[in-house]
Amino acid sequence: MTQTSQQQVVLEARGMSKQFGDHRVLEDINLAVKGSEVVCLIGPSGSGKSTLLRCLAFLEAYDDGDVFVEGELLGYDRGANGRRLRSRPARLREVRRDMGMVFQQFNLWPHMSVIDNVMEALVRVRGMKRDEARRLALEVLDKVGLPEKADVWPSRLSGGQQQRVAIARSLAMSPAIMLFDEPTSALDPELVGEVLQVMKQLAEEGMTMVIVTHEMGFAAQAADRVIFLDQGHILEQGVPKQLFRAPRTERLAQFLQNYLQRNEIFRDDGKEGYR
Amino acid sequence: MDFSVLTDHLPEIAHGFLITLLSWFGGIMLGAILGLLIAIIQLGAGRWVRAGLRVYIEIVRATPFLVQLFLLYYGGPALGLRLSPMAAGLIGLGIYGSVYFAEIFRTGFLSVPRGQIEAAHMLGMSPRTVIRRIQLPQMMVLILPALTNFTIVLGKETPILSIITVPELTFVLTGIGSETFAYVETLLALCVGYYLMAEFCSRLGQRLESRMGRYLGQQSSGISSERNTAGART
Repeated sequence: MTQTSQQQVVLEARGMSKQFGDHRVLEDINLAVKGSEVVCLIGPSGSGKSTLLRCLAFLEAYDDGDVFVEGELLGYDRGANGRRLRSRPARLREVRRDMGMVFQQFNLWPHMSVIDNVMEALVRVRGMKRDEARRLALEVLDKVGLPEKADVWPSRLSGGQQQRVAIARSLAMSPAIMLFDEPTSALDPELVGEVLQVMKQLAEEGMTMVIVTHEMGFAAQAADRVIFLDQGHILEQGVPKQLFRAPRTERLAQFLQNYLQRNEIFRDDGKEGYR
Repeated sequence: MDFSVLTDHLPEIAHGFLITLLSWFGGIMLGAILGLLIAIIQLGAGRWVRAGLRVYIEIVRATPFLVQLFLLYYGGPALGLRLSPMAAGLIGLGIYGSVYFAEIFRTGFLSVPRGQIEAAHMLGMSPRTVIRRIQLPQMMVLILPALTNFTIVLGKETPILSIITVPELTFVLTGIGSETFAYVETLLALCVGYYLMAEFCSRLGQRLESRMGRYLGQQSSGISSERNTAGART
């Protein structure tokens, strides 16, 4: 899907870096995501992958370099003398309008029912009529498999269901690109599958996605491209098969080795992996 | 004891009570609006504005209400600010209340998880919509007890207005007391008056609390099951 040349770059980072105090978290990040592409960001904790995603959404302000969303500079405006100034909130919202985000902690609004969570932005941001918004909200809830939960409080749902509602809430705004920040990391293992299933379906329908994940299996199956981050650098990237089967760097080989050891149940000799 | 003193002066007393209620209500409104504004400005303003508000809060909080009121009423004319007793009383209560309300609202704003606000921003909501639709409804449940509490406290500050001759309940009843020497009866009546105000206020607070916190009843079960699953995972 990604090879077709006429596909536009939806999201692009050029020479982006970010530091917290003296600590450089991201260093010279270059990344272009094309329409319908599914990119997974992997790497050890502290490698900067979540910070990278948050910078791409300007939830963290990056320091140097540029981020473009559909060709528009994100988060900053160019001043008269070439200096960069922070965008005003209204401008930031405008550049971000086609971007959706799904968080590790779901971040549903607990004082609103499920359907009100999904409808809220449609009504308040898009100015949609309530019944129209409700119809659309039910449609996306149906898509994530939760039409019958429309009128319950979010707290009555399992973690996996809450995350699917969060995906529906984002999806309702019909974004051009969706960012996922470790969407399954806060879930019980048996609930991970239902969320990944919904994401896979989105990917198949051609949604452009950037996903920070620890689910290597999912990355291998659903990603067009996997990016390995280490200490704030993009160390390696490529199609999943190449990256997982033949890592070029020692760091990635070691990372994958660790992952496999942690997740094996039976070792080759047939004994149980866990003591 | 002879309570006929009270019935004889009933119209005056009723009028005094009305003035007390008015200054109480006006003081709360003014204080709450100012306080909410201060809290909202503190959320988004730059360093210098925040520092200025901080100084305002510290000064008002650290000085006695009586002194503030004197300054406003007797000191005001020196600055060209000539106020009627009632106006000075209302403004005084409003300023005095604003700093406590501001602190209550500020803690309220901090109580709403950052992630919920980020989610709202990513869906394109303006800061104003986020405050109105996401933050205020949730924080009101949490700060309602503190709001009720301070509303009662402010009600009991209104007698101080009598010192600058606002004809409120304390002014009227102590006046009657010193004229008729029925000190005990008038002071008891005064206690009853303020008790009724406080009682009304706390009942209203409780009712609002249970109504606004409806979703919390469900949520507590949600939180505990979340804890259980988290425990099972580790």
